[in-house]
Amino acid sequence: MTTALIAEDEPLLAAGLQADLARLWPELTIAAVVGDGASAVTQALQHRPAVCFFDIRMPGMTGLEAAQALAEDWPEGPAFPLLVFVTAYDQYALQAFEAQAVDYLVKPVDSARLAACIDRLKKRLADRAPTGKALDPTLDQTLVQLRALLGAAPAGAAAPRLEVIQASVGNIVHMVPVDEVLYFEAADKYLRVVTAERELLIRLSLRELMPQLDGQKFWQVHRSLVVRASAITTALRDESGKVILTLRGRPERLTASRLYAHLFKGM
Amino acid sequence: MSALAPHAAVTSTVPAKRRSFLFRGLTNQIVCLVVSLPFWILSYRRSPYWVVLVYSFAIGNLIWLFIDGGRQLSSRLLGPKAVDKGHWPGWALMSVTILVGALAGYSLGTTLVDALLGFSSPSLLSNLSPGVITLLVAGAATYFFYSRERLHTEMAAAEAARRLAVENQLKLLESQLEPHMLFNTLANLRVLIGLDPPRAQAMLDRLIGFLRATLNASRSGSHPLSAEFERLADYLALMAIRMGPRLAVDFDLPAELRDTAVPPLLLQPLVENAIKHGLEPKVEGGRIHVQARQEAGQLVLTVRDTGVGLPANPAPAAAPTNGSSYGTAHVRERLAALYGERARFTLAAASGPDGGTLATLTLPLPAPANQGTKDSPAASPPRSRPPTEPCP
Repeated sequence: MTTALIAEDEPLLAAGLQADLARLWPELTIAAVVGDGASAVTQALQHRPAVCFFDIRMPGMTGLEAAQALAEDWPEGPAFPLLVFVTAYDQYALQAFEAQAVDYLVKPVDSARLAACIDRLKKRLADRAPTGKALDPTLDQTLVQLRALLGAAPAGAAAPRLEVIQASVGNIVHMVPVDEVLYFEAADKYLRVVTAERELLIRLSLRELMPQLDGQKFWQVHRSLVVRASAITTALRDESGKVILTLRGRPERLTASRLYAHLFKGM
Repeated sequence: MSALAPHAAVTSTVPAKRRSFLFRGLTNQIVCLVVSLPFWILSYRRSPYWVVLVYSFAIGNLIWLFIDGGRQLSSRLLGPKAVDKGHWPGWALMSVTILVGALAGYSLGTTLVDALLGFSSPSLLSNLSPGVITLLVAGAATYFFYSRERLHTEMAAAEAARRLAVENQLKLLESQLEPHMLFNTLANLRVLIGLDPPRAQAMLDRLIGFLRATLNASRSGSHPLSAEFERLADYLALMAIRMGPRLAVDFDLPAELRDTAVPPLLLQPLVENAIKHGLEPKVEGGRIHVQARQEAGQLVLTVRDTGVGLPANPAPAAAPTNGSSYGTAHVRERLAALYGERARFTLAAASGPDGGTLATLTLPLPAPANQGTKDSPAASPPRSRPPTEPCP
């Protein structure tokens, strides 16, 4: 039985896509319909659908961010879902999808276009059915595509470099030079700023912070983790594709996701 | 530019400042030539004409040097205030410059040419008429240059204003007919046609109202506040269909403010921002409250949302807030152009437990349009009139 998940924040459009799929692909079972990116990730991890339809603009997490999170958290073994992105009008996104040969649909989705998409999905599902190996080619392929899509995301116009982090604790503001920071970790609405001696919380998202950091010095190794490259002492790749990092001056280990594992290769 | 037409081909590549200088110089030579004639006649043609011509050119160019130089020097000394007015330091200062410049130019010119040609001209004091004529001509020429320059500045300013207005209209149109919004709305409409045709029709009516208002907004100067609220209602109804239970809307328009004239779709970018940057990013959605009220003789319009609120940190340039800053910048520009200092716009965190953002516009309250003059004491509320909009 083939299952699918629909992530679309506009209820009518979700219902419409569901109705069109029921008509054009009757064998498909819709495992879940969700309205935001975070639910899309949790529901997809729970139901492990064969196909995911992700709207690009969703509250909380975009479709692309949801795909990233899904690829990072997807368990070892089961085949990774085929991803189809849905968007109303994102000139940039469409070009990127085209370049990466990622499946996408443009709203309003007409039946002919949806039928063509379904044909391609069916073909790809049939192709991978017999392998059934632990090594999932879909995941590797998706990782390559996602890396390219995330890397090609419109980098904000050169933001001024951040020199000092200002973190308030009670009525004291701590001034932490960025040069002392070992890593940043996103935690809910906050960002943990960790130096060799201490850690502080600031109200900023990683997405807002990234353009203000020197990409040569700070590496994103997970959707919620940015590490100073020179603070990493060792990187150990485990069998699931993740990489365990040890740091200079900190006892804890950090995990780089399989999406960023390619950063850690011997020279 | 038409005044320069004969030289246009030669001077079109020359910067405007140098072109203006060349024009003044050339005109000055013509004035010298013309003025030399009455002087020759006044002198009973005692000297050959070329002698008078030499005097005229020497005096005329010296006067030009003194007056134009004096103008530029004093405007430079006065600083940016005069520079803004095309290096014009004002008539008071210029009258003195003309008087001193003309008399000094006349005296120095005669003395120089006397020495050069070995003549002896009568001093200014013994013969007043040449001095008076010189002064009059200098004054007239200065006035001519002044008014010409001012005309140019005004024309350039008018041209710049016109271009800005056209650009603004285009930007307004682009921002309101945002393709993402339009295609998403059409996608919803497409689904609704299959599911619920009467509702699809109602949605289409809203879309038509929204499109008509957007396309007309750039053309009409103002419309009643009730019409402004209706257009917002159209837009928010479309958004409510799209967002479902994630969007709740309420309006508060007191009856006595219904007819107040406001610039069309002034609130539109603020409502759009409330959706785009406030409620759309919030998983559980929220409420938008649009209110008009009268406060201390001013019209106060507020758009409040219970969305994610303004970014905590001063937004980094790369953060996706460009749309917001564009929308608010647009509102600010429009207010400045229409009301100058008399209007205010603020964007702040909304108070209360719901959080979100509060946008506040404060405008001068115009006299109610088309109101009867004989029986309208200021205290009584204006009678309600039928809407001035053509009804569909």
